[in-house]
Amino acid sequence: MWLQKLSLLNFKNYAEAELSFSETVNAFAGDNGAGKTNLLDAIHYLCLCKSYFNPIDVQQILQGADFFMLQGVFERAAQTEVIACSLKRSQKKQFKRNKKEYQRLADHIGLFPLVMISPYDISIIIEGSEERRKFVDNSISQTDNHYLDELIAYNKHLQNRNSLLRQIADTGRYDPQLLEIFNERLVASGQRIFEKRKMFMEAFIPVFNKHYHYLTEDAEQVELVYESQLLHDDFAGLLQRNTERDRILERTTTGIHKDELSFTIHGLPMKKFGSQGQQKSFLIALKLAQYTYLQQQKGFKPLLLLDDIFDKLDEKRTRKLMQMVSHDDFGQIFITDTNAERILRIFDDISVPVKLFNVDKGTVTS
Amino acid sequence: MNFSSRLLENAVAEFSKLPGVGQKTALRLVLHLLNQSQEDVEKFSYALTRLRSEIRYCKTCHNISDQQVCEICAAHKRDRSIICIVEDTRDVMAIENTNQYNGLYHVLGGLISPMDGIGPAELTVDSLVERVKNGDVKEVILALSATMEGDTTIFYLYKKLKDMPVQITTIARGIAFGGELEYADEITLGRSIVTRVPYENTMVK
Ligand SMILES: [Zn+2]
Repeated sequence: MWLQKLSLLNFKNYAEAELSFSETVNAFAGDNGAGKTNLLDAIHYLCLCKSYFNPIDVQQILQGADFFMLQGVFERAAQTEVIACSLKRSQKKQFKRNKKEYQRLADHIGLFPLVMISPYDISIIIEGSEERRKFVDNSISQTDNHYLDELIAYNKHLQNRNSLLRQIADTGRYDPQLLEIFNERLVASGQRIFEKRKMFMEAFIPVFNKHYHYLTEDAEQVELVYESQLLHDDFAGLLQRNTERDRILERTTTGIHKDELSFTIHGLPMKKFGSQGQQKSFLIALKLAQYTYLQQQKGFKPLLLLDDIFDKLDEKRTRKLMQMVSHDDFGQIFITDTNAERILRIFDDISVPVKLFNVDKGTVTS
Repeated sequence: MNFSSRLLENAVAEFSKLPGVGQKTALRLVLHLLNQSQEDVEKFSYALTRLRSEIRYCKTCHNISDQQVCEICAAHKRDRSIICIVEDTRDVMAIENTNQYNGLYHVLGGLISPMDGIGPAELTVDSLVERVKNGDVKEVILALSATMEGDTTIFYLYKKLKDMPVQITTIARGIAFGGELEYADEITLGRSIVTRVPYENTMVK
C-alpha cells in the first residue's frame, strides 16, 4: 500500500498544493514554520480521519477559508483507491472512498494504516495516563473497526454513571436499580475493551523489546507493563465494592478508564529516571513496534511518517534507524527536516533513493 | 441584519428561536405573514396562544390532550389490558397510523439520560408503576427507540416491572426502525407491533 498523489485545498497553511510521491522515501525540507509537518498531518488525516496534533477539526481550515479538502490517490492490493475528505465550517466532515461516502468513519480507519513519529510523542512518557491509553487505542482501532464504537459507548456509560453519582449527591435521591443499570452496561462494554487491550499487549510487548534492544544494543534494561484493575479483579465486583467510595467522590473510581502502561528503566519510572536520549529511544521503539504490529495484523506495510527526528536523535541512533529503513523492513516513508543536505547525505550513505520536496511558506516544489 | 422597523425586528427574533430556523428564514416567514390578511394572521396567533394555554396532558397516559382524559384513554372500544410505553406523542401518532394496535399508551416524556439531567423522576415512571399496580393490565409493550438512552430506559422499566403479574413484551427493534419510531414506515412498524415478543434481559451478552 502506498500514497501516489496528495492534493490539498485550504488545509492549514496550504491554499492549494499537489504532490506526486515516490514509493520509497519522500522528504520535505524547509525552515521551521514553512508547513512541512502540515503535509504529514494531511496524510495522517486522510488515513485516520483526524489530525495527529489537534483534535479540533475546524482549526485545520486555512484562515479566512470556509472549508478544506484533501484527496489522496493510493495503491492498495493492486487497486487504485481515491480517498477524499472535506470539511465545511459548522458541518460534519465527509469521507469518500472512490466517490462513495462512508456511513461510519470507523470503516475507513485501518484500511490505510499509518505510524507517525514526532517530537510531540514525548507526551506519551511525560503526560498523564490518558496519552498512553490513546496510544494503545490508536493501535487497536487500526486493526479492529468495532473497537472505537465500543470505546465511545463505554465513555458514554461512564459519563452517565458519573452524572448520576453527582445527582445522587445533590438531591439525596438514591435509586440503586438505576445505578445498577449503568454498572451492568459499563461491565459489558468495559470487559470487551479489556480483553482487546490485553490481547494487544501480549502481542505488542515482545515486538517492543526486540526493537528497543536492536536500537540501543542492550545498553539499558527497560520494561513495558500493562496495568489494569481488571487483571486481578472482576469488574462487576469492583464496581459493587466501591459503590460507597464512588458516591462520596461523585465519580467512578474503577474500570478500564484507569488502565495504565508503566514504563521503567532499571526498575525505575522512565519519566523521572530516563535521560532525554533514553526516553527518545524508548518512544521510537514504541512506534516501530506499533509499525511491526500493524504490519503483522494487516499483512502489508503501513505508511511511516517521521517528523523532524534527525534533530532529536543522536548520530548513532539515527544511523541504526536508517539501517532498519534501508533493510527493506519499511514501505513508503515520509520524512521532514530543516536541512535538505542532511537528508540527502543520510540517504546517500545507505544508498536509498529519496524524492526531495522543498517547502516554503505553504508552497511545495520537488 | 439592519431592520427598518422595531416591530419587524421583534417578530424575526421570535421566529429565529424556533429549531432549525435561521434569521433569513425567519425574515421570509415574517414577510409572508405581513402579506396575509389581518384576519388570517390573528387566526394564526390565536391558535398558538390557545395551544399553549389550554393544552393538557392526559392524567392517565400523559399524552397531549384537549381533555383531562385523552380520547384514546376514554374510548370504550380500546383494550384496557395492554399498555404500550413510548417516549413522546409523536410515537403515539406513528403507532396509531398503523391501525394495528388497539390498546392504551403510556407516554414517558423522554428517555433516561443522567448526562442530560434526565432521570426517572423527570419522566412519568411512577405513574406507570401505579397504573400497572392498580389496573387490570395484563401486558406492557416496550416500544422505545434503539438508542443507548432507549436501552437504558428499557432496562430500568424492566427492573421496575418484572416482579409484577404482567407480561413484558418488546417490539422488534434495530435497523428496520432507523433508531426512531416516528421514522419507521407504517407497514414495518405495524408488523413489529403485531409480532412483538416477550422481553428478555439481553443486556449482558
Ligand atoms: Zn390518555
